[in-house]
Amino acid sequence: MNANTADKKLQRKLARQAWWKEAKSQKTLLILSIPYFIYGFIFCYLPLVGWLMGFEDYRPADGIFGSKFVGLKVFQTLFEDHDFWLTIRNTIAMSMLNLIFSTFFAILFAILLNEVRNIIGKKFVQTVSYLPHFLSWIVACGILFDTLSDTGIVNDLLMKMHVVNSPVNFFSNGPAFWWLVAAAVVWKETGWNAIIYLASITSIDPCLYEAAAIDGGGRWVKMRYITLPGIANTIILLLILNVGNVLNSGFEVQYIMGNDVIRDFSQTIDIYVLKWGISQSNYALGTAAGIFRSAVAIILILITNAIAKRYSDTRLF
Amino acid sequence: MAEKTLAAAAETRSKSKIKQSPADRAFVICNTIFLTLVVALTLYPILNQLAISFNNAADALRGGIYLWPRMWSTANYKAVLNKQNLVTGLWVSVERTVLGTVLGLFVTALLAFICSRPKYLWKKQMNLFWVITMYVNGGLIPVFLLYRDLGLTSSFWVYIVPGLTGAFNMMVIRSYMENLPASLEESAQLDGAGYMTIFFKIILPLCTPVLATVALFIAVAHWNSWFDAMLYNRMNDEYTTLQYELMKLLSAATTASAGGSYGQKQTSNMITPASIRAAGSILTMLPIVCLYPFLQRYFITGMTLGAVKE
Repeated sequence: MNANTADKKLQRKLARQAWWKEAKSQKTLLILSIPYFIYGFIFCYLPLVGWLMGFEDYRPADGIFGSKFVGLKVFQTLFEDHDFWLTIRNTIAMSMLNLIFSTFFAILFAILLNEVRNIIGKKFVQTVSYLPHFLSWIVACGILFDTLSDTGIVNDLLMKMHVVNSPVNFFSNGPAFWWLVAAAVVWKETGWNAIIYLASITSIDPCLYEAAAIDGGGRWVKMRYITLPGIANTIILLLILNVGNVLNSGFEVQYIMGNDVIRDFSQTIDIYVLKWGISQSNYALGTAAGIFRSAVAIILILITNAIAKRYSDTRLF
Repeated sequence: MAEKTLAAAAETRSKSKIKQSPADRAFVICNTIFLTLVVALTLYPILNQLAISFNNAADALRGGIYLWPRMWSTANYKAVLNKQNLVTGLWVSVERTVLGTVLGLFVTALLAFICSRPKYLWKKQMNLFWVITMYVNGGLIPVFLLYRDLGLTSSFWVYIVPGLTGAFNMMVIRSYMENLPASLEESAQLDGAGYMTIFFKIILPLCTPVLATVALFIAVAHWNSWFDAMLYNRMNDEYTTLQYELMKLLSAATTASAGGSYGQKQTSNMITPASIRAAGSILTMLPIVCLYPFLQRYFITGMTLGAVKE
């Protein structure tokens, strides 16, 4: 017994000595790490302290630690706000539409592009396709706005084909706004999102295609039974990654293109936070909305990850 | 588009020796049409902006400009270059993009280097420390208050300091570094090289592809950002970015068309916000359009790597 503890002590001492020896040899790395820990602590972890505001009757004069705790009262105010629930609805609706359409078009585009045998043509199409990804949302929204304005090409075509008699004002119809945002996202991101699917198509074993060809399978059969199952794991993984973002439909388009007429449909959580938090200086309410979103996101990630773990080999952690 | 027809022709030619079923041929035709349509839909709006930007502003208000300007004019570009806040905005954007990319890339690469050393004693802690930041963040308000308390608001540095490094870019570079042969580092160590020598002389040169990728990501993010300018420097004209100034023009154009009376609508030499915006948009697109074809072979590998390692 006694010998045993002495042994353990000795072992621990040896381990400590080894650690110090190793630490000495890599002291450059360890010293360099310190600024990174400090930087990360200040810019990534310190803001988390601000979450306390969501549980306080926050007064700027008293500061975060001086303000009075009120428990969940701020959240109660938040949940009683009709506007907040509209915001949640809009955010979920838009992010679902964005997710479904951008995934669908990215997969479709990747599969079809993969079928092109001409290298130059393929390169050209691909290069063009991800150009919009690099444009800012300001520029993209400007384009969207010009295209759909009274004198824009869409109204022009509709008038010439006599579908409508007077220009349609696309930005005054609430539910239509959701589809506009989805269309803008598809336009901007399809080519970019397709990169990853194209990459995973390349990693499919070519023998499978040869075998299918020998058995007389045409292009359709190969796409349906080899390519699609071959990238299924990638699709699932990306869907899991995105489910956590369901309360994060982005906000740039909504902020830039939204207007007072369709505010009930265009306002997302981020805009809500911005409005209450920054413009109205109601820091507590803005923070509470932010906490709510983070909490939902983390719960959703955990749930989808668990489901994926149960039904397939693909999972995040 | 001509290239697409060529593609189809080459396709049929190369396949003609093998028996090609009618279904396959129909597929190739449909596919070519579809992809041509994608290219057209992607490029048209951009070319349309180009046409509007070179068209007389008052004339452009009538609409109907598609691919070619109706009344050629460079007045919009002159107006952009004469607008004080657009020019300052341009400079701020250039400065933050250059400075932010160089500093950000260096700081992130060094962090990735540290985290990728196999024997690094805090490896687990350091990686966890950064991974957590990908899933949990304080949110808009706490971050806003923090920057204000740190004195970062109303200054240029709010664009540079908070975004110096981040978990995602770090992980992309790290996974690339982890795939480099370990023997390189070991042999350098035997020759007496310290970690900094290994980093600068061996690892960095080998990482060019991934560094180019991440540099592009960082640069584009800096170049395109407007929200931080709006949030932290709304009142400081000398620190607003080009994109934020464009955004102000965009909202001016939106309100104008939403029914506000536009007093001087018929003056022939007037410049509309919409036309200045078109010219400004083209100018902001220019550096990206010029750069990215050269970088694309890098970023495809870079992005795939980063995403697969996730």
